[in-house]
Amino acid sequence: MSTQKQYELVYIVAPEATEEQLAALNSEVQQVVSRFQSTIDRTDAWGRRKLAYPIGKYKEGIYVLHVITGPGDLVKELDRRLKVTDNVIRHLIVRVDEALRIAERRKTVRKAETARRRVARGLPAEPTPEEQMRHVAAGDHGDDRNEEAEA
Amino acid sequence: MADMHERGSGGGRGRGGKAGDKGPRRSGGGGGMFRRRRVCKFKSEKIDYIDYKDVKLLMQFVPERGKIQPRRLSGTSAKWQRKLQLALKRARELALIPYVTD
Repeated sequence: MSTQKQYELVYIVAPEATEEQLAALNSEVQQVVSRFQSTIDRTDAWGRRKLAYPIGKYKEGIYVLHVITGPGDLVKELDRRLKVTDNVIRHLIVRVDEALRIAERRKTVRKAETARRRVARGLPAEPTPEEQMRHVAAGDHGDDRNEEAEA
Repeated sequence: MADMHERGSGGGRGRGGKAGDKGPRRSGGGGGMFRRRRVCKFKSEKIDYIDYKDVKLLMQFVPERGKIQPRRLSGTSAKWQRKLQLALKRARELALIPYVTD
């Protein structure tokens, strides 16, 4: 069994592509993914966007994002296909599962630490609604801001 | 947070904060003085993950010229600067942020 990893695939389609061409591309990706017994976890069409710099003759492009869980061979195949697809002007496949897991762990560790410190100060582990209201009124952005910051 | 980097782009090469710590600090000298708070945005604002798709966040670290802002100006910690660098380069590849602007 090959190991499943999570990837993000973003591709930029030439702006003159029609709806049908976009749909065809989408189904092509889907086909490849299902051939590898993998799943598309999320699809997000950003739509038309101005490019930060011109790519070839294009100044804008249609962005599509897929979050895919599958094996590494799938990435190889997707990469190869997107490279030879003419109206895809740029694509990027990035592995995300590990970075996200690390971020998640960091978040839980911090949450636990905040809760521990609050309890040590004799406060309930979770911020009370009144405290949260005060934060909003003060224009704080984080809901779990550092305790020392208030002192 | 807004005054994290008073020198956006241009200007001479920064000497680094350590240079010239002899003599009294000119208070309110304006311009020449470095009154930089060394704060890592990602640590202080508790950003756990730098997304290469988050253009609004990334553009804060790209001065006008399009270069990646060095740590000595932004105050970002080494750990986060490395992550930031990767995210910025990915975003560049996708034409979300420019390589150069002139």
